[in-house]
Amino acid sequence: MPADRILDRLRAAVREAAEGPPRPVRVPGPAAASADGPAAAASVPVTVEAGPVASAPVTVEAGPVASVPVTVEAGPDEAGVVRRAGEADTIAGVPARYLAAPRDTAQAAAVLRAAADLDLAVTVRGGGTKQDWGNPPRRLDLILDTTALAGVVEHAAGDLITVVRAGTALDLLATTLARAGQQLAVDPPVAGGTVGGAVATNTAGPRRLLYGTPRDLLIGVTLVRADGVVARAGGKVVKNVAGYDLGKLVAGAYGTLGLITECAFRLHPLPAAAAYVSRTVDDPGAAGRLAAAVRAGQLVPAGLEVDAPPAGPATVTVLIEGTRAGVAARATAARRLLGAGATSTDRPPGGWGSLPWQAGGTGLKLTAALSGVPRLLAEARAAAERHGLPLALRGSAGVGVLYAGLPGTADPERVAALVDTVRAATAAVAGHTVVVTAPPAVRARVDLWGPVDGLALMRRIKQRFDPDARLAPGRFVGGI
Amino acid sequence: MSTTPTDLDALAATLRAAIGADRVISDRQQLRTYECDGLARYRVVPGLVALPADAAQCAAVVRACVAAGTPFVARGAGTGLSGGALPHAHGALVVTSTMRDIVEVAPDDERAVVQPGVINLAVSRAAAPHGYYYAPDPSSQQICSIGGNVAENSGGAHCLKYGFTTHHVTGLEVVTPDGERVRLGGRAPDSPGYDLLGAFVGSEGTLGIATEVTVRLTRLPESVRTLLAAFGSTDQAGAATSAVIAAGVVPAAVEMMDALAISAAEAAVHCGYPAGAGAVLIVELDGPAPEVDAQFAQVQALCRENGAFEIRIAADDAERALFWRGRKSAFAAVGRISPDYIVQDGVIPRTALPEVLRRIDALSAEHGIRVANVFHAGDGNLHPLVLFDAAVDGQAERAEEVSGAILDLCVTHGGSITGEHGVGVDKAKYLPRMFTDDDLATMHLLRCAFDPDGLANPGKVFPTPRLCGEVPGRRSGVHPAQAAGLAEVF
Repeated sequence: MPADRILDRLRAAVREAAEGPPRPVRVPGPAAASADGPAAAASVPVTVEAGPVASAPVTVEAGPVASVPVTVEAGPDEAGVVRRAGEADTIAGVPARYLAAPRDTAQAAAVLRAAADLDLAVTVRGGGTKQDWGNPPRRLDLILDTTALAGVVEHAAGDLITVVRAGTALDLLATTLARAGQQLAVDPPVAGGTVGGAVATNTAGPRRLLYGTPRDLLIGVTLVRADGVVARAGGKVVKNVAGYDLGKLVAGAYGTLGLITECAFRLHPLPAAAAYVSRTVDDPGAAGRLAAAVRAGQLVPAGLEVDAPPAGPATVTVLIEGTRAGVAARATAARRLLGAGATSTDRPPGGWGSLPWQAGGTGLKLTAALSGVPRLLAEARAAAERHGLPLALRGSAGVGVLYAGLPGTADPERVAALVDTVRAATAAVAGHTVVVTAPPAVRARVDLWGPVDGLALMRRIKQRFDPDARLAPGRFVGGI
Repeated sequence: MSTTPTDLDALAATLRAAIGADRVISDRQQLRTYECDGLARYRVVPGLVALPADAAQCAAVVRACVAAGTPFVARGAGTGLSGGALPHAHGALVVTSTMRDIVEVAPDDERAVVQPGVINLAVSRAAAPHGYYYAPDPSSQQICSIGGNVAENSGGAHCLKYGFTTHHVTGLEVVTPDGERVRLGGRAPDSPGYDLLGAFVGSEGTLGIATEVTVRLTRLPESVRTLLAAFGSTDQAGAATSAVIAAGVVPAAVEMMDALAISAAEAAVHCGYPAGAGAVLIVELDGPAPEVDAQFAQVQALCRENGAFEIRIAADDAERALFWRGRKSAFAAVGRISPDYIVQDGVIPRTALPEVLRRIDALSAEHGIRVANVFHAGDGNLHPLVLFDAAVDGQAERAEEVSGAILDLCVTHGGSITGEHGVGVDKAKYLPRMFTDDDLATMHLLRCAFDPDGLANPGKVFPTPRLCGEVPGRRSGVHPAQAAGLAEVF
């Protein structure tokens, strides 16, 4: 189908969803009205194709071609944007043909229904901060941009919950909640992200030690399935075991099971005080052992991080949150526990909660059983030295999740060899190594996800939710 | 589901050969032992019972059921309160209570690995010498098993601060409904791929049977302080709870009982709560001593400000246990004041508590049915005990009406029909009050991915039987005729 007609169909879908109940609209394409009658014209216009031969001569090429003017057509009667993809509208380097930015769940559902009718492959994009994570999509027609699908739907401060649209920026949400002395206790490791992006990738920072990941805080979710059907699971109360917890499933699914349009979260009070107690030790392994000693104590830290630049000493930092009096006493105890040279401040140290790689570099996520963290830190450092690579290590030693980064200029062969070594080291401590992101030359040489337990079941789930594999195909584990 | 008695005889023979004759029960009298779980209103004598010794045997049982097309229902200790383990008359009941080894306590990993039949409290007892415990603490923790906790995503009084079973299980070995053994998660967090672990916990036995569970161990708190505050009314107690939460305190637990529940508890366990109380609150704080000390004083002040006429502070573990005894015995205790009762498990946003309680009072008066209220006030999880006498004509029906109306109240206030007991067979009919058909159909997609033949605990959770059908899709594969070599694509 020609690009113009696809755009027309998508626009019509959004327009109708925006206007509420269907009413007769102008049907794009001459065949539709006569073939299907007024009934079809009243719903999402069903254009009857004359067949591939008839439509072939109309070659209006879509795509990120500079000469095609990017038309933003969000007129007063068209709440939401459907347009041709521009040059920047790529996902992990793969160009899209179209972009739709629905403003609510109904519009999003209309877009995905139309995309299903048109057999368009769709990838969801929020803040676009993690689009280089995972594999590039095998097929991409439409970027579903969620940034217009934004806003806090409800903040019930007395109940410590919020319902928020997926495209809401995390920092904006934080500002809103802070007015009531509350927070969504998620530290995004990348700035500029949205709520939906944080859930879809289930990324969390240092304070996951105390509060868990977005998946743990998600109490309800609204999804639009690949076929455009809207489904909700969970609810607005923290304690709830009615029905399957689909929120767990879509959190961390990289948008391969459906579009998340709304999330309900459990909130926490903002702590009155915080202290960061740090100590620098000789090497990553020693840092890991020190972190283990903190865990065995009674500090109940909110975060317990290790930061080890490519060479030299490493730093352990304990984050204490609580009442003013409580934090002061516990920070003193933390200094004692960390030993000589420990310092305490109320400001996070440099690099706190950020990922140890730059754009274009290779980023790894290493997990371990807690007892294996010191060994993993030591082995990762040793392996990097053996392979002659400057590996930066940083992460939540108190949880068993570490990140490792290499510059984009590192030799791909060596990086691939290091990934193998580190993967074996994580496997030995009951963990996994996932290549979160990497330059193309490295991607070509490594398996990003490594071994995945339960992959056959995951494929069956994907097949039920997205049988035509149109949602971010290939982005996730095992080609899902 | 069309399994006949003859088929069951054949299946029993197969199972005896596979796991040993002493592990298969088909005698009608012995089968009766298993006819209900903790919700005795529902009774079905199972077709047969299998008691596998380990995961391999459990998988063998499931495979045999699949081969015979026979449904199977998993059962742990049988303490569930939603009929989730109600047997199938023509199916196998797979009892995991004989798999009760604590495989490993690994304090350095903050994990324990246990078999599904291990009793909840036994995990904490095993971990205590190392300075750890298992946080989820359903009231039945002395008798309920971890496998059942996993199936139901059990909560407990302390989940206000610590979360539910789902937050404390990091790994599972499961037997899927087609008899495969699969590992989900493990000792390390964040296994790559979909969170099958999170999907499985709380799926009420409809996605398979857990045969090994890796749980998170939590450090025993440095300090625990507990108070019992007596108020003139539930409104006052509710206001005190709101004030505590608004002050930014996250207590380990906030529990409330109303006058009727208190009188039942007094009759049963002589807990000695303050006389004349219209409501009592138990508030427990735990954590680092400097934090607990600071906040405990604040909580006492807030209780007084909101009308507490007596506050008792537990001086030691024995007194703390006494406070809790009244609360934890409440369900059983109402047996002292009523021949029959229905326990509900609805949840409301906590701030709706005063209004919902008034509406429950009105319902109670209107129907002439007494309702005792016991609840997790901190998270709005109500446990109204709807009291009736089945011997009195029409009372059971009216109690059921009140019970359903209470769940409606919960849903219309933006809450849930169940906070921790599960849907099971008991609340399946209420599920459509919370979810649309599209919602349920979407949840069912998950079930179909695990169990396309619907053999794992059929008839639970979903209100109406649903079939899975073939995997849909335009390009889901080659045409069968083509695959068989009968047709070619030109």
